[in-house]
Amino acid sequence: MWARPICPKQIMESVWEYRILLLEGTAVTIQLALGSLLLSVILGLIGALAKLSSNVVSQKLAASYTTLIRGVPDLVLMMLLFYGGQQIVNDFGSFTGLWGYLEINQLTAGITSIGFVFGAYMTETFRGAILAIPRGQIEAGISCGMIPRTIFYRITWPQMVRHALPSFTNNWLVLLKATALVSVIGLHDLVWNASTAGRSVREPFTFMFAVLIIYLLLTATSDIGLRWLERKYSLRAREV
Amino acid sequence: MASPSDRTFWEYLTHISENQSPLDFVLVIDHIDKFFYGAIVTLEITALSLLIGGILSIPLAIARAYKHPLFNRPIWCYTYFFRGTPLLVQTYLIYYGLAQFDFVKESFLWDPILSKAWWCAVIVFSLNTAAYTAEFLRGAIENTPRGEIEAARACGMSHKRVMFRIILPSTFRRALPAYSNEVIFMLHSSVVLSTITIQDILGVGRWLNGRYYLAYEGFITAMMFYMILVFIISRGFRLWEHYWLAHLRPRTNQHA
Repeated sequence: MWARPICPKQIMESVWEYRILLLEGTAVTIQLALGSLLLSVILGLIGALAKLSSNVVSQKLAASYTTLIRGVPDLVLMMLLFYGGQQIVNDFGSFTGLWGYLEINQLTAGITSIGFVFGAYMTETFRGAILAIPRGQIEAGISCGMIPRTIFYRITWPQMVRHALPSFTNNWLVLLKATALVSVIGLHDLVWNASTAGRSVREPFTFMFAVLIIYLLLTATSDIGLRWLERKYSLRAREV
Repeated sequence: MASPSDRTFWEYLTHISENQSPLDFVLVIDHIDKFFYGAIVTLEITALSLLIGGILSIPLAIARAYKHPLFNRPIWCYTYFFRGTPLLVQTYLIYYGLAQFDFVKESFLWDPILSKAWWCAVIVFSLNTAAYTAEFLRGAIENTPRGEIEAARACGMSHKRVMFRIILPSTFRRALPAYSNEVIFMLHSSVVLSTITIQDILGVGRWLNGRYYLAYEGFITAMMFYMILVFIISRGFRLWEHYWLAHLRPRTNQHA
């Protein structure tokens, strides 16, 4: 039907022709990933502190948050937030009369849902990291007369980062790959742009392969970068 | 309109569900059979892919663990590629992408397999889970206690026998907790199915919402289905671990 000889030069040409579209998509993907990473770290810290606090209510809340999220696929939550969240926000707005029709755009829905999902994983990461710090060190800090903020900066934080980094790296890599799903709710990210371009020049394979390569570059770069960070933070740790 | 007393209980419930309840639960109950079919599709594809991927991963893991001079690098490339890229894009690549090539369309595989979403999904999912499984199996093989292998060699076992009698059984035991994560991860990833026209659980949820112009019902039902499945699977794995890793449990004084 649309026979085309497969020659590498031509393949490069069609991707090159749409390079701006692909780069724009990549920018959206990175923006989305970093935005949801920020949200998930904040939620993760709050969740970890809630899980470790002595307050039973916050413990229960954090526990149900992590169990709920880890039981449900991210795309389902994303769709629920994108389609359902829109309605909740608008129902609430018309109920209270505070705002009229609000439209949640796909980027907000994407960042919120991915951040919310990975916040649960981050909660577990940070909780484990804080628990890995020997209790005696914090007590030693108190007995040296440190105020809680100093204890956090001097004792908890540096060690928490070290303990959390491997699991954090893992979460970030999974998060980065999860961003591909936002194309399903219509955000014009890398996957969406590439499949549009692929359909219009009838070379879906070429464009999807380009997407895979771009994702591979992103994950490989962050893998190397975070490994470097792990080495940096474990510099003064004793080798076991 | 009939007065409330003339209505049957079901009609009353339907009325409440349609007009007062935030979620139209009667509508969901009316279509619950579709969700069960969706669950079967999800489980079928996930289980088949896990089976194929699991079988595929064992030789890959062995070749990686023993740094086979010929296969180690290619297998590393394969696992790195599949673990470093999103499953959604891998699925698109095979399902939408392969039609780009005429030789694929003319091949004998096109009509029965490669043009079907179901088979494409099974192929991609199997390759994907094989990559992840191979890597953690490799870790488990490399962590086999040296003493066990030396003891087996000292007993006069051949390399092959050491592999099948000593290394693999203890590897599978130690890899079991990681494997339960992989199974749940695969179940979660199977939502990708709904993007390539397959009516899995999420696919049914999207269909329901699209058909009745709803915002939550389909997704919330799908969410509950996934949660129940994850619960059953993790419970099953805990029982399995209880049985297989019995020797690692702390001793209790119950029977002492």
